[in-house]
Amino acid sequence: MLDTLTAALRSLLPHDSVITDPVRLRTYECDGLTYHRATPGVVVLPDTADQVARVVRLCNDFAVPFVARGSGTGLSGGALPREDGVLIVTSKMRRILEIDLDNRRAVVEPGVTNLAITEAVRDRGHYYAPDPSSQQICSIGGNVAENSGGAHCLKYGFTVNHVEACEIVTPDGDLVTLDRMDPGYDLLGAFIGSEGTLGIATKITVRLSRTPESVVTVLAAFENIEQGGKAVSAIIGAGIVPAAIEMMDALAIEAAEAAVACSYPAGAGAVLIVELDGPEAEVRRQFARLQEICSAAFELRVAADAAERAAIWKGRKSAFAAVGRISPAYIVQDGVVPRTALPGVLAAIDRLSHEHHIRVANVFHAGDGNLHPLVLFDDAEPGAGERAEVVSGAILDLCIEHGGSITGEHGVGVDKSRYMPRMFSEDDLDTMQLVRCAFDPRGLSNPGKVFPTPRLCGEVPGVRKGVHPLVESGKAEQF
Amino acid sequence: MLDDIGVTVRQAGEEDAVGGVRPRWVALPESVEEVAALLRACAERDLAVVPAGGGTKLHWGSPPERCDVLLDMCCMNEILEHAAGDLVVRTQAGVTMDALAATLAEQGQELALDPPFTEHTTVGGTLATATAGPRAFRYGTARDLLIGITVVLPDGTIAKSGGKVVKNVAGYDLGKLFTGSQGTLGVIAEATFRLHPLPADRRWVTAELDRAEVAPIAAALAASQAEPSAVEVDRPDPDGPIALAVLVEGAEAETRALALRELVGKGSVTAERPPWWGLIQRDEVLVEVRFPTSGTEAVLDAAAGTGFALRGSPVTGRVLLESWRPVGEEELAAAVSGLRAKVEAAGGRVNVLAAPYAGVERWGQVSGLPLMRRVKERFDPGRMMSPGRFLGGI
Repeated sequence: MLDTLTAALRSLLPHDSVITDPVRLRTYECDGLTYHRATPGVVVLPDTADQVARVVRLCNDFAVPFVARGSGTGLSGGALPREDGVLIVTSKMRRILEIDLDNRRAVVEPGVTNLAITEAVRDRGHYYAPDPSSQQICSIGGNVAENSGGAHCLKYGFTVNHVEACEIVTPDGDLVTLDRMDPGYDLLGAFIGSEGTLGIATKITVRLSRTPESVVTVLAAFENIEQGGKAVSAIIGAGIVPAAIEMMDALAIEAAEAAVACSYPAGAGAVLIVELDGPEAEVRRQFARLQEICSAAFELRVAADAAERAAIWKGRKSAFAAVGRISPAYIVQDGVVPRTALPGVLAAIDRLSHEHHIRVANVFHAGDGNLHPLVLFDDAEPGAGERAEVVSGAILDLCIEHGGSITGEHGVGVDKSRYMPRMFSEDDLDTMQLVRCAFDPRGLSNPGKVFPTPRLCGEVPGVRKGVHPLVESGKAEQF
Repeated sequence: MLDDIGVTVRQAGEEDAVGGVRPRWVALPESVEEVAALLRACAERDLAVVPAGGGTKLHWGSPPERCDVLLDMCCMNEILEHAAGDLVVRTQAGVTMDALAATLAEQGQELALDPPFTEHTTVGGTLATATAGPRAFRYGTARDLLIGITVVLPDGTIAKSGGKVVKNVAGYDLGKLFTGSQGTLGVIAEATFRLHPLPADRRWVTAELDRAEVAPIAAALAASQAEPSAVEVDRPDPDGPIALAVLVEGAEAETRALALRELVGKGSVTAERPPWWGLIQRDEVLVEVRFPTSGTEAVLDAAAGTGFALRGSPVTGRVLLESWRPVGEEELAAAVSGLRAKVEAAGGRVNVLAAPYAGVERWGQVSGLPLMRRVKERFDPGRMMSPGRFLGGI
């Protein structure tokens, strides 16, 4: 089946856009979540939306599943290929098609990197607000699929709040534009964050934001994590909405120090990075209030310029990779709890850590309760990987128990689909499946992601069989 | 026929009609479970249902093809949880926006949506119609502030998505799908929103503008570092002057407002909300124009030709046209088609939100319509929910 399809793909696309060489195929076997691997059946690198649509239609003709992939930086295995399917890589589609500052928007192809958008407009006083840590390489198409966030989404929201329109190739292979301006159902809102299961974005209109007049970045060092947590609650309680509030615990600081020598204050049990931005007068007033709130901090550093700001952020942004310096292997977890539950949840994570003899470094977006515990283990030690898995899973259970979420920004992918029934009832999941069936009745678009073994589209219970009486009598048209 | 399901039901009267279609019963459920029991019973008996909140916008949209039961959500009026420390509120759908605002204000917080008719309009009605207000410029619309939803499907299935944390990407976002769905997919029973602290202070800059001044001044305001929360214009008489009002919220509001007044080049700074701010006053006929802000001038010109009053935002690109005098069907159809041609040429859309006429094309062309029909078919295969109320006969 795949051979015949591959031959058809070759007649459709330029020679170098269809990859079947086993060695080259293997470079696509995983995304940023490296412990799930599968060699794709065939890889295509389309150059235009029309080519993507034609590839998808061919997949339909042969009933072969397809998976879209941007830069492959995802952390939940959302772009894990199918051995029996086609991997559609958007890396050739990296043109910025239009920059329209009058309307504060840019139109880009899906392979354009997140940071490239900001770089294209920065000198004209604008930027693209969502800023995932991987922004130098991650693609905007991937951001749309995952509804990516970033450190600054506390104030500015996620990808879905900054995308005005998407041209998509539906799972049937049709080119459709979903525009926020259009009347009707908000299919754009449903599409963004659907992790490639509702189709492939081929052109994205993003909103550009004005660079704020004033930015103040503060690093506050506390003796322990409880004091840091109290400061976070007090900031929110004071009615301040900072652009970002990030926290790292002692182990995460140790790792960052080892990796990038970020020179955070020695002896800190926790550091808090708070960024205020907006009109100068407002920021000045908020900063004064912030200093009072952080009175328990034993050191308060304020970035004097862009270089010092970058120095403060350096430790935080490198934290995930940095733990590699202090541990042979680790799991990056992503869970969310209501902000007020943070102290209790951190204490419980600490207990789990001791109980299972597994170290956990905590890095998190404290302002919105988004935890990124880094579960450290030695993969050479028998049983350590399993114990780390137990701790990692138990952290997600803690998030659910406290009314939170199993993922704040990394997505469900293949990694967490088995946790979905813990967060959602069968009815919830069946209802989400109705959306899937509307877009992708044949289940060809990134199957096996997000949902644990969903019903086939024909199997959804309660669907009316037969013709509706009104349709039969000619009073209504059934769509 | 519906007396054995444990839900309060009364006979409907003429005053319960939806777009001239009189239901047989009005149901008054008091819990999500009762909504589910009612919808299940209606599905079994092939009864069509139209959900209603405060009824402020019930005459919007096309009349339903049929309406057996008006589902009045007024009894589901409990605010379930206000987690002030988390800036989150969970509420039943029948709570009015004013009641919600009063509760949140006790803790110095607000839901930063300012839809019209707040005295009577409900959380569910605001979501179902996706109505927004002036501050959409800064805070986005209902879909941007909604973080969790509980809905009841036409077959009685209770389903939720999202949750009570702001940052959450687990599963599909049914909240987005139901926001603006006009009661055609199911019933919105509960909603969870992210909140904002009430602003420390607020000021309006007000000025009178000529038509040609609006676009450049709006562009300068939108780009201003003084960060206005809203920029609105009001033109009651198409040939008359245009009132501009710019809202500044937060610390140093006075200072920032003065800076914005400099940008405008005239006008005054006041702590008084303009009397017309965010209101809809006549909506027997109501036309919505959405447009990229570069089309502001074209929209103002085109709208002047209709003779309608205009109010809305040149920075978010959404204005509403109201008529101060009765408009006949043919006159409206002609005005809309003329307006639509000019607005669409400027990259915008024209939607007739309310009109008591069948012969007016309410919606323009939408690329996603076939997909929307498929969504409707999956959620409501029996066409039980507000059938025919929405675009494309959905």
